[in-house]
Amino acid sequence: MDLLAFGDTGWGDELFYATLMTIAVSITAMIIGFSFAAIFTPLKLSKLKSLNLIGNIYTTVIRGVPELLVIYLFFFGGSGAIMFVASIFGYNDYIEINAFITGSFAIGIISGAYSTEVFRGAIQSIDKGQFEAAKILGLSKFAQFYKIILPQMLRLAIPNLSNVWQITLKDTSLISVTGLVEIMRQSYIAAGSTRDPLFFYSFAAILYLLLTFVSMKLINKLETRYSRGY
Amino acid sequence: MDFELMINSFPKLLNATLITLKLLSVSLLIGLFIGLIFAILRLNRNIIINKFAYCYSYVFRGTPLLVQIFIIYFGLGQIESLRSSYLWIILKEPYWCAIIAFALNTGAYTSEILRSAFQTIKPGIIEAGKSLGISSKIIFYKIQIPVAIRQSLPAYGNEIILMLKGTSLASTVTLMDLTGVAKYIISTTFKPIEVFVVAGSIYLFLTFCIHNLIQFLEKKYRY
Repeated sequence: MDLLAFGDTGWGDELFYATLMTIAVSITAMIIGFSFAAIFTPLKLSKLKSLNLIGNIYTTVIRGVPELLVIYLFFFGGSGAIMFVASIFGYNDYIEINAFITGSFAIGIISGAYSTEVFRGAIQSIDKGQFEAAKILGLSKFAQFYKIILPQMLRLAIPNLSNVWQITLKDTSLISVTGLVEIMRQSYIAAGSTRDPLFFYSFAAILYLLLTFVSMKLINKLETRYSRGY
Repeated sequence: MDFELMINSFPKLLNATLITLKLLSVSLLIGLFIGLIFAILRLNRNIIINKFAYCYSYVFRGTPLLVQIFIIYFGLGQIESLRSSYLWIILKEPYWCAIIAFALNTGAYTSEILRSAFQTIKPGIIEAGKSLGISSKIIFYKIQIPVAIRQSLPAYGNEIILMLKGTSLASTVTLMDLTGVAKYIISTTFKPIEVFVVAGSIYLFLTFCIHNLIQFLEKKYRY
């Protein structure tokens, strides 16, 4: 237990901050994922074949390629791509992007593909009459979506979104390969310097279990809140 | 785009695909076996056995695969008694450590898939067997298990694809699988996009094959 002491003698505070980092990356990635889903869900539902294709390529490629490969692409290719864009605008210095941003972006794109599928499924399973009724009431396009479709969609999407959250949370362990100090990286460092990998990796496993357990409890609360009417 | 690099790296990546497939098939085979055992344990009425099976699937589904591999590969070597036992012959190899981790992980997911399949079998099928005077043991082996396997095919197909992506983590324990070789080529040439396109296409092709195979099996065993 000495190993987990807070302060200079133990790894307690380091692991605590690492856990916060994991949570921060997961939430950022989830939000980035939602913005991707907001772009690609309409594309997938669109009647135009070409737009449909773009949406399908995104979800198929991202869900068919290992997460680690996507992370390597961003890790090695991220700053190159940014520098290329910057050079068009006449900025030629070396730009290094921070590991947090690359990491959450990579995980965000992955999580976005899963969220897109969830939202698409949820919107498709809303009764058609709801769309027609919204139109007949003469609501504006925005009000139709915001007041009628969105609340029903959320109710249907939350159980599956909780799966996406779990996947995202676990995927964040992979960005430890880029050197971002989250739970996995911190355990790796601690295991290396104390030569006690079994203890630290098991402790990391417990931390992840705790995170999934607590988030499941919170999501269940959200779920009951959104299905009040049913 | 550096097409020469793409063409040159293709054979290397294809070679590495063999290791990926080997890891995938061996761990799926062991995982299916583990999954079946734990699914049956989950249906047991004894609360201790039931809870044990539940904890197994909860722990392995609630923690990242990376942690599981690291515990087995880096962690288990620390136990002195294990290092002097015969098990060490297996556990010192990163290949077998990866397979153990993958098999345990996919076993947990498979047990959940099979359990829900067992629980959603229409009672009429079992009753029909009973009314024909078949013993409950034979009903289980000859009726429940085949029907459950058929019912869980779509979900199991997803699990195979997830596992295919999971095998990429073998590269973190020094195995040169498809992702490992791709990373090596990226870090020596600094051309991530080209390598990503080639390696990604191989993965997509494999996913496509698995998807079609499952659909074929679903059609073949339709009832």
